[in-house]
Amino acid sequence: MKILVPVKRVVDYNVKIRVKSDETGVELANVKMSINPFDEIALEEAVRLKEAGTASEIIAVSIGPDKAQEQLRTALAMGADRAILVSTDKAIDLGGVEPLAVAKTLKSIAEKEGVDLIIMGKQSIDDDSNQTGQMLGALLDWPQGTFASELKLDGGKASVTREIDGGLETVSLTLPAIVTTDLRLNEPRYVKLPDIMKAKKKPLETLSEDDTGVSFAPRLEVVKVSTPPARSGGIKVDSVDALLDKLKNEAKVI
Amino acid sequence: MSILIIAEHDNTSLKPATLSTISAAKAIGGDIDILVAGAGVDAVATQCAAIDGITKILTVDSADLSHPLAEALTPVIVKAADGYTHILAPATSFGKNTLPRVAALLDVQQISDITKVIDDDTFERPVYAGNAIATVKSSDAVKVITVRGSAFDAASAEGGSASVSALDGAEGLGVQDKASFVSQELSVSDRPELTSASVVVSGGRGVGSAENFAIIEALADKLGGAVGASRAAVDAGYVPNDYQVGQTGKIVAPDLYIAVGISGAIQHLAGMKDSKVIVAINSDEDAPIFQVADYGLVMDLFEAVPQLTEKV
Ligand SMILES: Cc1cc2nc3c(=O)[nH]c(=O)nc-3n(C[C@H](O)[C@H](O)[C@H](O)COP(=O)(O)OP(=O)(O)OC[C@H]3O[C@@H](n4cnc5c(N)ncnc54)[C@H](O)[C@@H]3O)c2cc1C
Ligand SMILES: Nc1ncnc2c1ncn2[C@@H]1O[C@H](COP(=O)(O)O)[C@@H](O)[C@H]1O
Repeated sequence: MKILVPVKRVVDYNVKIRVKSDETGVELANVKMSINPFDEIALEEAVRLKEAGTASEIIAVSIGPDKAQEQLRTALAMGADRAILVSTDKAIDLGGVEPLAVAKTLKSIAEKEGVDLIIMGKQSIDDDSNQTGQMLGALLDWPQGTFASELKLDGGKASVTREIDGGLETVSLTLPAIVTTDLRLNEPRYVKLPDIMKAKKKPLETLSEDDTGVSFAPRLEVVKVSTPPARSGGIKVDSVDALLDKLKNEAKVI
Repeated sequence: MSILIIAEHDNTSLKPATLSTISAAKAIGGDIDILVAGAGVDAVATQCAAIDGITKILTVDSADLSHPLAEALTPVIVKAADGYTHILAPATSFGKNTLPRVAALLDVQQISDITKVIDDDTFERPVYAGNAIATVKSSDAVKVITVRGSAFDAASAEGGSASVSALDGAEGLGVQDKASFVSQELSVSDRPELTSASVVVSGGRGVGSAENFAIIEALADKLGGAVGASRAAVDAGYVPNDYQVGQTGKIVAPDLYIAVGISGAIQHLAGMKDSKVIVAINSDEDAPIFQVADYGLVMDLFEAVPQLTEKV
């Protein structure tokens, strides 16, 4: 079984981002970048399936700047067998390559590679769209198990437990299928130095927007990006009684 | 402008998030219709018809739609979408799961999780865990949008008299054999629903165990509120996944949010910083949660919370 794992280069989740002063976007210069955390979970799941003998090959794909090679090398170090970078100068967080274009690109790669399963993140932590997996499912006419906290493969079927608003739901999907990861699916491994060395020898192919036949022209114009109003600083109280007094008499919420 | 709202329901009653979605539709302006797709949806359709300001309820009633599988609903929604300028659904796990499939088939770039309507093609949406607000203008012929419930008041569920009719030509569209529902395990609780509660008491890693969460629940019950949690508390198994508040969990904006033993990571703040009044109880006076709290109490939670529950 061939598994495709899309990985996105995003601002590291520990970074407190800054909006550019001209309100055209978020400052990305000299900011720590990482693999989108949900994509790390997706990679981990794929690697476990390979270790269990269920998967034969894992292909990592990223659409992004040439520097996204860094994230693809990390993916290779985690256990992907080869990587594909669809290189673009357009932004991938806002105002550039959007989920619909990413989904179309991934569709073309999935079809060309003949993959049986796509495991990807439920959400990018930069654009917070939560769209790409579902769009890809529709474009391929594949079933989807989104927000997965458990994945079991058996014959030609995938059983996916999903984190939904009311609790958990289990669905059964006929492969080929798409799974998007939630936080509880697994805990990704740390990459070890020897794996990083080995990853340098693994194949990393680069494609261009033209190679994919998909237009990256955005449908949404980003009119502006602004900083949300900050909450005005509050006060510290020194006892439960003082807190109760404030809640009753000042805030009047109880 | 003509707007189609995708109702979220459980075949018995309408989920409140749909009412907030309707308020967003009213801010866009124009005729508003509601699609109720499911199995045995008469009661839901009647409920929708009574909502203030709705023109028409379209129903698709089929055993194939007894569970809201995205694969089954998508062709039904695409069929219903014909002629509308805007398709809206709540940004709940239901809407997030289904609407992007619809958008892809309509060849539209969806606008996720809007918090404000500027005009009929321009919207605000939080990005980067709410640390930036993007104003985006869509050039697509149809706007496909999910709506953040906490950002819009619920539309009045009464006073309307919309017509109800079955959607023509939808027979058999919900049939599909690639995905099937197996089972669900829903949290049962007498407490108000987390995203619409007026008081939320959330516990974090500091609470320490599932058993200890009883003190959080006791305070929530005394205040008539809902119980939430940080990711760390969910990951540790103190509470179920659907309690998670944050960037990648639920977004809440109650009148009163009490964060107990929660440090205040940006991913958690993303889910609660629009609450009216925030209280933080944490033994670490430097915890970042105090930067957003209106009232901070530096105290051991095992001392503070039971006292608060008793005295409130
Ligand atoms: C991709 C991604 C998505 C995420 N999404 C979310 C999300 O949606 N929601 C979310 O919450 N997090 C999310 N996180 C996790 C987030 O980054 C933090 O790790 C998490 O919020 C920390 O939870 P916490 O505050 O409970 O734990 P900690 O950060 O460990 O804080 C525990 C706090 O409890 C206090 N404490 C301990 N004992 C006591 C005591 N006896 N009395 C009083 N105080 C005490 C400590 O001082 C500390 O401040 C996400 C992370 C990633 C990478
Ligand atoms: N530029 C990209 N390159 C590779 N994968 C992507 C890209 N954008 C989105 N994805 C995938 O789609 C998931 C959901 O992203 P989004 O729909 O943007 O929230 C991510 O977790 C990735 O797995």
